[in-house]
Amino acid sequence: MAHDTHTHDEGHGHEHHGNFWTTYIFSEDHKVIAKQFLITGMAWALLGGILSVIFRLQLGFPDANLSWLKPILGGWLTAEGKIDPEFYLALVTMHGTIMVFFVLTAGLSGTFSNFLIPLQVGARDMASGFMNMLSYWFFFISSCFMFTSLFISTGPAAGGWVIYPPLSALPQAISGSGLGMTLWLISMALFIVSSLLGSINYITTVINLRTVGMSFSKLPLTIWAFFLTAIIGILSFPVLFAAALLLIFDRSFGTSFYLSDIYIGGEALPNQGGSPILFQHLFWFLGHPEVYIVLLPALGITSEIIATNSRKPIFGYKAMVGSILFIAILSFVVWAHHMFVTGMNPFLGSIFTLLTLIIAVPSAVKIFNYVTTIWRGNLRFTPGMLFSLGLVSFFLTGGITGIFLGNSAVDIQLHDTYFVVAHFHLVMGSASFFGMLAGIYHWFPKMFGRMMNEKLGSIHFWITFIGVYMVFFPMHYIGIAGFPRRYYTWTNFETFSGFADLNFVVSVAAIVTLGAQFIFLFNFFYSMFRGRIASANPWQSNTLEWTTPRNPGHGNWPGEIPTVYRWPYDYSKPGAKEDFIPQNIPFSETPESNLPHENELIKLEGVEGNAIVVEEKKH
Amino acid sequence: MSMIIGLGVVLVVVILFMIFRIGNLMEVAKEKKEDSWNNINAILFLLFMVFGLIGFFWYSYEKWGTYEPPVASVHGEVTDNLFWVTMWITVVAFTILFIVMFWFAFAYRYDKNRKAAFFADSHVLELTWTIIPAAILTLLIIKGLSVWNDITSPPAKDATVIEMIGQQFAWTAHYPGVKDQELGHHNYKMIDAINEFGLDLADKNSFDDFKSLTLYLPKGKEVLLKIRAKDVIHSVYLPHFRVKMDAVPGVETHFKFTPTKTTEEMREETNNPNFNYEMACAEVCGKGHFSMRFPVVVVEPEEYDKWMAAQEPWLKQNPDYMKYVPANLKEAAMIKAGLPMENSTSNTVTLK
Repeated sequence: MAHDTHTHDEGHGHEHHGNFWTTYIFSEDHKVIAKQFLITGMAWALLGGILSVIFRLQLGFPDANLSWLKPILGGWLTAEGKIDPEFYLALVTMHGTIMVFFVLTAGLSGTFSNFLIPLQVGARDMASGFMNMLSYWFFFISSCFMFTSLFISTGPAAGGWVIYPPLSALPQAISGSGLGMTLWLISMALFIVSSLLGSINYITTVINLRTVGMSFSKLPLTIWAFFLTAIIGILSFPVLFAAALLLIFDRSFGTSFYLSDIYIGGEALPNQGGSPILFQHLFWFLGHPEVYIVLLPALGITSEIIATNSRKPIFGYKAMVGSILFIAILSFVVWAHHMFVTGMNPFLGSIFTLLTLIIAVPSAVKIFNYVTTIWRGNLRFTPGMLFSLGLVSFFLTGGITGIFLGNSAVDIQLHDTYFVVAHFHLVMGSASFFGMLAGIYHWFPKMFGRMMNEKLGSIHFWITFIGVYMVFFPMHYIGIAGFPRRYYTWTNFETFSGFADLNFVVSVAAIVTLGAQFIFLFNFFYSMFRGRIASANPWQSNTLEWTTPRNPGHGNWPGEIPTVYRWPYDYSKPGAKEDFIPQNIPFSETPESNLPHENELIKLEGVEGNAIVVEEKKH
Repeated sequence: MSMIIGLGVVLVVVILFMIFRIGNLMEVAKEKKEDSWNNINAILFLLFMVFGLIGFFWYSYEKWGTYEPPVASVHGEVTDNLFWVTMWITVVAFTILFIVMFWFAFAYRYDKNRKAAFFADSHVLELTWTIIPAAILTLLIIKGLSVWNDITSPPAKDATVIEMIGQQFAWTAHYPGVKDQELGHHNYKMIDAINEFGLDLADKNSFDDFKSLTLYLPKGKEVLLKIRAKDVIHSVYLPHFRVKMDAVPGVETHFKFTPTKTTEEMREETNNPNFNYEMACAEVCGKGHFSMRFPVVVVEPEEYDKWMAAQEPWLKQNPDYMKYVPANLKEAAMIKAGLPMENSTSNTVTLK
């Protein structure tokens, strides 16, 4: 039945061919929607990066006259050519919001879950193309609101990306909490709708639309990661939605969910009985899983790319799936480690310390497995591979500092210092960003039918890789020295008077790193039109997307959807002619390389396929 | 001027583009082997590993002692110790993995004459690196939780209680008077421009309370900071005492600690005659977040008592507020605040 509908769909697709609006704008094709997410995410990434460089100018060159930025920043510069302290906070806030949600959630999951799930599980499209389209357009409208908030006279939200009330609830506390915060909340509400529509689709597609033979134990690790990410998203984003809704009530309708005993601007507010801590619990109930929503897809992408380019099976497939699963579950019960010093019950602090440090075990297993995968491999340093190895390195460097921060007693001193900034920018920020870049380089040939330039990719990698380390590694020292984050300047304090040199280095590295991204942008857009023509399977990879034609059309495979017989990591199998055996090659065709138990499976090959098809028809 | 810079940038971009095009064409013409770039990347990984680690160890050694603020509290020494134990463990693990990973990247670079090993899993290996991290983490958890329990245990009965109040963008310290040693109640609805604490003058403990714009602390005695905020969330951050606790409007928080070194002693220890303890705000609270400096002074207990005794109660400084004291407590208030008696009668008269 499923097959019939697909052929039907395909027919429709051809009828509408050539209509610009249905093909490129309001498309229901998962590949086009993925590209829409990608391009939008890239635009946001560039903006988020530029914002960070602007506030790094303030921190690295505190005496510089920035009046040359007047044409862009206008009234946000003071008469002396310095960034306004309130605008500094707005920059920090918007940088965080944009990077976490718009780039690393929508840009990463939106692009690769959309692009890869149908292609790798062997489906013609997402379970609901229409919902998928809605998901993008909700994201687009959400983006419009957030973007607009950058240009209003009171400025965008400025209370930090975590928008803790009462600061975010009271316009008299900071001007960004006026219209800017309203737009932030509207934008995030729409964003959550988009994210949920996407996640429901991803889960449904993975469960229901796998091709014949594609059992869960044969899923590529990318799909496992996207699948569990979508589940995390579905369970946690509604909580942020609730938190935002209550905040909207507090701001606009006089309720007191988060507000109590406040005296501000010369008057005592009537709100009583609320708790700002409640907001933090609700926020981090999303906020911490969000870290893994950002990170897991990147780890999935990396697993796939490292195995392919090591020409070796990923080491410990089951352990990799198990650790993703374990991380996904634990991600829901560690949120309060962001709140050790908020005054919550110290006993909760103990529990969350315990649960948080447990999460280090599956994370460590993942690192060890990556390292073992490249051991005795035959490594091809494609740009995708370079960025994947970069990711593993960031995951190690940044992850290890989590052991400090997760320990509540040690966290007392480190909380809200630059040590935290260093930690999360490496482990979730840069690591996920590298996952995204790796994914773009690796799947570009399937997206656009052309190759990206590998030399430019290498140059881009090395500048970015070293640049990111130069930006975030020095922050560990600054953090151990106790420098608090979100400070416009530290000159008011004797304690924080040093490290002007390191802050200078960090800012210069940030500028260079941002500059290097233009190499990537050039490579991306140039290769889209002028790049070397790609073959159907340029990386000699095993997963199903490489069995499609160079430019897969609507419906992905021109004929039948391939049947899957083996797991996706049969690289360099002893006895095999090639160093890769795609998933759709039956064991009966590879007697020379089959393992003993695989020879037994040959008997089932015809039968098994039929059995599944019969079962499908019953539904 | 900017025109010239703009033209220069355009020129550089155009030149880079030409180089890129020529390089591309050359490559097509020569059909060069892919191996050369693969080897360059492999070598770069090795160099990155070597120079990265050298840089890390050199800087950490060279600047040893400059990146950690000196510690001046009892629990601070314990948490610092835990911090450095964790540091040694993680640096060892980090260094080994860093070397191994990038060495593999170099050693197993592509070679068309070699085939990768088909090595898909090993229960022994996987159990090893599940159990070893789990065991080390267990030790860190046990140590961490016991330290955490000590820090958050109830304060001693005779602890010196001081209240810190955060507001945009300043701190104030609210001390109990020497006569009753108890903080008076407060109510946010009573806050005004003068009554910054929202001191509730119906409470007899409030009469001798005083305000200070410096946090005086006695050395060697347990101090219990009670913390609250008036407008938005702030966070009491005392870097030298390893103290951090949010100030939350509507929720009272607290943190106990014992200072171990007076300001004078710290000046000697750091060879810095201008050394001062400081308090900062660690939770973003608005435009002036970075400017919430509050001076902190630690003195010997005797000196602390002397300082306490010399402070003037808030009520004495603001006798107008006598009108909020209930009639039956007026006399007690006069005595506790040290106000002259006739003042009181005149006040009551005007009230009537």
